[in-house]
Amino acid sequence: MNTTTLSVLVEDKPGVLTRVAGLFARRGFNIDSLAVGTTEVPGLSRMTIVVDSETQSLEQVTKQLNKLVHVLKIVELDGDGGSVERELALIKVAADGSNRGEIMDVVQVFRASVVDVDSDALTLEATGSADKIEAIIRLLSPYGIRELVRSGRIGLGRGARSVSEGRALRLERSA
Amino acid sequence: MEITGAQAVIKSLEHAGVDVVFGHPGGAILPAYDPIIDSPVRHVLARHEQGAGHMAEGYAHATGRVGVAVATSGPGGTNLVTPLADAMMDSIPMVAITGQVPRAAVGGDAFQEADLTGITLPITKHNEMVTDPDRIPAAIAEAFHIASTGRPGPVLLDFPKDVLNAVLSTFEWPERVHLPGYKPTVRGHGKMVREAASSILASKRPVIYAGGGTIKAGAQAEVAALAERLDLPVVTTLMARGVFPDSHPLALGMPGMHGHWAAVTAMQRSDLLIALGARFDDRVTGRLDAFAPDAEVIHVDVDPAEIGKNRHADVPIVGDAKTVTAQILEALESQLERTAAPDLTPWWETLRTWQAEHPLRNDQQPEGPLKPQTVIDAIGRRKRVGDIVVTGVGQHQMWASQHIAYDEPRSWINSGGLGTMGFCVPAAIGAKVGRPDATVLAVDGDGSFQMTQQELATARLENIPVVFCIINNGALGMVRQWQNLFYDNRFSQIDLTFDCPDFVKLADAFGCEGLRCDAPEDVEATLDKALSVTDRPVIIDFRVDQTENVFPMVPAGASNDDIIESAAEWDARATAPDNPDGELPESMREGDVV
Repeated sequence: MNTTTLSVLVEDKPGVLTRVAGLFARRGFNIDSLAVGTTEVPGLSRMTIVVDSETQSLEQVTKQLNKLVHVLKIVELDGDGGSVERELALIKVAADGSNRGEIMDVVQVFRASVVDVDSDALTLEATGSADKIEAIIRLLSPYGIRELVRSGRIGLGRGARSVSEGRALRLERSA
Repeated sequence: MEITGAQAVIKSLEHAGVDVVFGHPGGAILPAYDPIIDSPVRHVLARHEQGAGHMAEGYAHATGRVGVAVATSGPGGTNLVTPLADAMMDSIPMVAITGQVPRAAVGGDAFQEADLTGITLPITKHNEMVTDPDRIPAAIAEAFHIASTGRPGPVLLDFPKDVLNAVLSTFEWPERVHLPGYKPTVRGHGKMVREAASSILASKRPVIYAGGGTIKAGAQAEVAALAERLDLPVVTTLMARGVFPDSHPLALGMPGMHGHWAAVTAMQRSDLLIALGARFDDRVTGRLDAFAPDAEVIHVDVDPAEIGKNRHADVPIVGDAKTVTAQILEALESQLERTAAPDLTPWWETLRTWQAEHPLRNDQQPEGPLKPQTVIDAIGRRKRVGDIVVTGVGQHQMWASQHIAYDEPRSWINSGGLGTMGFCVPAAIGAKVGRPDATVLAVDGDGSFQMTQQELATARLENIPVVFCIINNGALGMVRQWQNLFYDNRFSQIDLTFDCPDFVKLADAFGCEGLRCDAPEDVEATLDKALSVTDRPVIIDFRVDQTENVFPMVPAGASNDDIIESAAEWDARATAPDNPDGELPESMREGDVV
């Protein structure tokens, strides 16, 4: 599946998440993941939205998104080297004395870390690209994953400039 | 000076230049109804909030100014949902002011609580629950700015009752609004504009496709100048009727499902569509993949999301229809210094042939029954410069658009995109309030009329004399037409009867003048009598032939190539030898398309 990552700069106003999410639903677009947080500018939030761009044309949804009064800017992050994209996962994996060592090997290879230890489980924190997270989950599955949570992808364009300076693909202004 | 939130709301409306609001009071909005007593802003009391909403739309349509509707929380606000959706679809500048339960009660299922910003989110250009009393002036200034600029649309502001009762520290009307995420593009891109001009000069079969955006932008002079510079034919969509005069020799009329034959076919055979403030709606294009197959497309729209949404634009231009049309004209002039104007003589010969061979029809027989087209033709003859025709939704709407010549912008008001039955009565009232010197000729169907007829009380008591012409065919005519054509005459739930209600008695009950006419020879005299009444609303019950269908017609989902000109042509095609078992050809069947 081809995905596209949209970095959306929004005003931090009540209901802005509903407006953005509702627009995707209304226009028939599936969101793979969505992460929201504050930015370096007070009053502004950034949403990182991952959508399936293989089966749907993004142009219409980004144009519609741009029409929302609280949306300031939309940038398509270029996953092929033009941007850094990361995801965080917390994975609670079954672990007893017999396999704890093997699991720790996986943790080391993936530069993950152990954030909680119990007599029969380990909770791991892994950070990386979506592929890397998929890989560690696959390797840990045989031991029994008790619980799993993923943050959704976040990303920034590479280089010194910031989105507010107009890097990458600048989409047309709203009407 | 201390000022309450409610006083700030009314004072802000005054600052925004509002002269009239249409509304209905109730619990949560009560505080705002006290300062209205002392305000120069007129309040028109509707009998239903939907009525208030459509009145605001009619006012906005007729004047170009922002229409304002006021309602209370809960059911008051939900009754505004249809007008807001209608205004969204037809890009009508409108501000809705609603009451809300107090801030502390929000989310607790209080009496008359409904999540109005949530409910109206997809059907407003923008909305906001104003939770800070000090923000009231800025919120209202922003609402009017957003509603009236760019692609116009409805904005809803929701005021919790305790915000209306709070005391503001100061009242300051903002001279400028600060909306960093909202900057409509007005001027077209220079390179694209030059490309548009070159395409026009290279074309052999161009058509100007003028949409509602040309009326919103006030682009009538520019559209006319562009058309006249090169003798370009012009079609005006249902939302653009009147932006280019129907009486002008370059006018081809209305395109679309029930459009004029020559207009529909001109677009279909065109090699260049110059779309100005139009959105390639399915009612215009018919089957999209068969629409205007040979045409290059210049698409001018202030809303970037419309460009390329339905039809690929070869020359996309984001900008205001008035400004960009003027730019294109300027670019044309400079290119005409070295390029010859295109010779459109062969194209016009074809167009003139089509016009001559495919006129609108009216099969009126002198002995009756009275045909709806006869009534509407007569209304058209009575319409003078400056008058306004307002319609509901259905067969009467199509006939009124087809058969009446519209020579000025804002002389034709209807619900185009949403197709809202019940629009006519309140919208006509709103139009008359906005332009009291205009004669407002409301053409409605008996079904559409009954959806909002309670507003006759508003018209009567507020002295808003509108002439309501009910094209009464005793049925839900457009539904009947589809059941006639596509459901083998199995009529289901379309019978309204001619006599219930008795519209003359209904008029009497509301203190309006009631007239009835069912004979072709009485139509003119009845209209003259109606137009002589100017001190109260008039209702005319025109009883017309129920079996009359609207033609031309492109069946939903069919290609515009398959336009059917008349009932006779329909019957001939339906019983053609290649349909021995009576099966309708594919292009004459009702598909999944609405």
